Amino acid sequence: MTAAPKIKMTGVKKAFGPKVVLDGFDLEVLPRESVVIMGGSGSGKSVALKCILGLVTPDDGHIEIDGVEVTNLSRKDREAVNAKIGMLFQNAALFDSLSVWENIAFGLIQGRKMARDKARDIAHEKLAQVGMGADVGALSPAELSGGMRKRVGLARAIAGDPDIIFFDEPTTGLDPIMGHVIDDLIVKCVREVGATALSITHDMASARRISDRMAMLFKGKNIWQGPTSSVDESGNDHVDQFINGRADGPIQMEVFKP
Amino acid sequence: MKEKRNLLRRIGAAFLRFLEGAGKLTVFALRATSHCFRPPLYPRLIGQQMVDIGYYSLPVVGMTTLFAGMVLALQSYTGFARFSAESAIPNVVVLSITRELGPVLAGLMIAGRIGAAMAAEVGTMRVTEQIDALNTLATNPFKYLVAPRLIAGVTMMPLLVLVGDVIGVFGGYIVSVYKLGFNASAYIQNTWEFLEFQDVASGLVKAAVFGYLVALMGCYHGYQSRGGAQGVGAATTNAVVSASILILISNYIITEIYFAQ
Repeated sequence: MTAAPKIKMTGVKKAFGPKVVLDGFDLEVLPRESVVIMGGSGSGKSVALKCILGLVTPDDGHIEIDGVEVTNLSRKDREAVNAKIGMLFQNAALFDSLSVWENIAFGLIQGRKMARDKARDIAHEKLAQVGMGADVGALSPAELSGGMRKRVGLARAIAGDPDIIFFDEPTTGLDPIMGHVIDDLIVKCVREVGATALSITHDMASARRISDRMAMLFKGKNIWQGPTSSVDESGNDHVDQFINGRADGPIQMEVFKP
Repeated sequence: MKEKRNLLRRIGAAFLRFLEGAGKLTVFALRATSHCFRPPLYPRLIGQQMVDIGYYSLPVVGMTTLFAGMVLALQSYTGFARFSAESAIPNVVVLSITRELGPVLAGLMIAGRIGAAMAAEVGTMRVTEQIDALNTLATNPFKYLVAPRLIAGVTMMPLLVLVGDVIGVFGGYIVSVYKLGFNASAYIQNTWEFLEFQDVASGLVKAAVFGYLVALMGCYHGYQSRGGAQGVGAATTNAVVSASILILISNYIITEIYFAQ
């Protein structure tokens, strides 16, 4: 018997003015599964993620988390849902005004009203989990390199031992070695926390490393999904072109040619 | 005919945009204000904002009101001397400072110093997804970012203006006594004699309203900013300009309510 999906998106539509970004997008993510949504820049991957998080309200369709419809939740109910979600933003989105440990412990202190001392200990534990020493905790985010920021962002995402973790372009802007390190940390942390992971990326090497299953978003629709091991034999021209990074194929980039 | 229709269409579109903006601002203001009265509040953040607005703005407001008081005494003297009415200078200085110049000048200076800083900070948080991060960490940005700034603005501005009033009157005193040759004790006596509680109170009410407007405009424009550095820059400009205009408009309205017979 198949487990009930942790996240279920059905017929999700979102347009910004005349630009249709999601046009009936469907996706299911099973518990403890790691799924990557791949797609070109501007294809709507981030919007799909933001719809699940409640940061963007879809025009139509349904989004369920643990079987509960989350598209029209009250602010309070949304906060309760978000309390079991962790998110690693593309540029980490660390709070400039707080130190590294306060960033990691933010959800614990503000959301769960945990005592600062206890939250600091957990922040240091999480820093160790992403391969950083406790001394980093006292630094300000402005003092960190890109790779360090991502690791702190990851530590913040797993600080509350969430059920679901979202990763928005986890390796963008990093060198290949640091990208690999982050991918390994993502896999390790997701396993340790026992979370369900949903990532969006156009970095295929990263996608292959962190996912069990992939889905391809094109023109607002999920045009293919399958196990990561079968992505090279997808039989889908769009997927083939995308994973091989070919300029020619059914996906045409809008490039002005004089 | 077609040109006229296009012109009408443009005017209509601009009017609709204005209404949309006004509606958005009203909803934002109501939401933000309601969070000032609903727990949880963040005393630590409110305290930080109070120090920022109250303590660090003191030199700017002090300098502004000091020189305003000095110029006022000098200008009044050159005017009143023509009618041999120099003795009215202490009254003119104290009434002008407490009723108008203190709150308005402080409001405009705070709009430039604090309103711009708030818009830049909140705007940067918006474009770098820090506000989205707050949401995902189950923290309401209105409660965490906007409400502390509004509370600090409303509470600290009257205190700033009160100090500014004293410094401004002192500026008038310095010029009148040391440059224009007024008798010091007579000057102080004249100042106290004609000053009424309502003069100071109306200035402090104005200050509270201006503090609210500056914080609201800073947060609103920062919160709405989009598109990176340019968006944050535009938000900062809009925050200062809109707060300054609203200060001048609300100043007239409050004066009308207080002093119109």
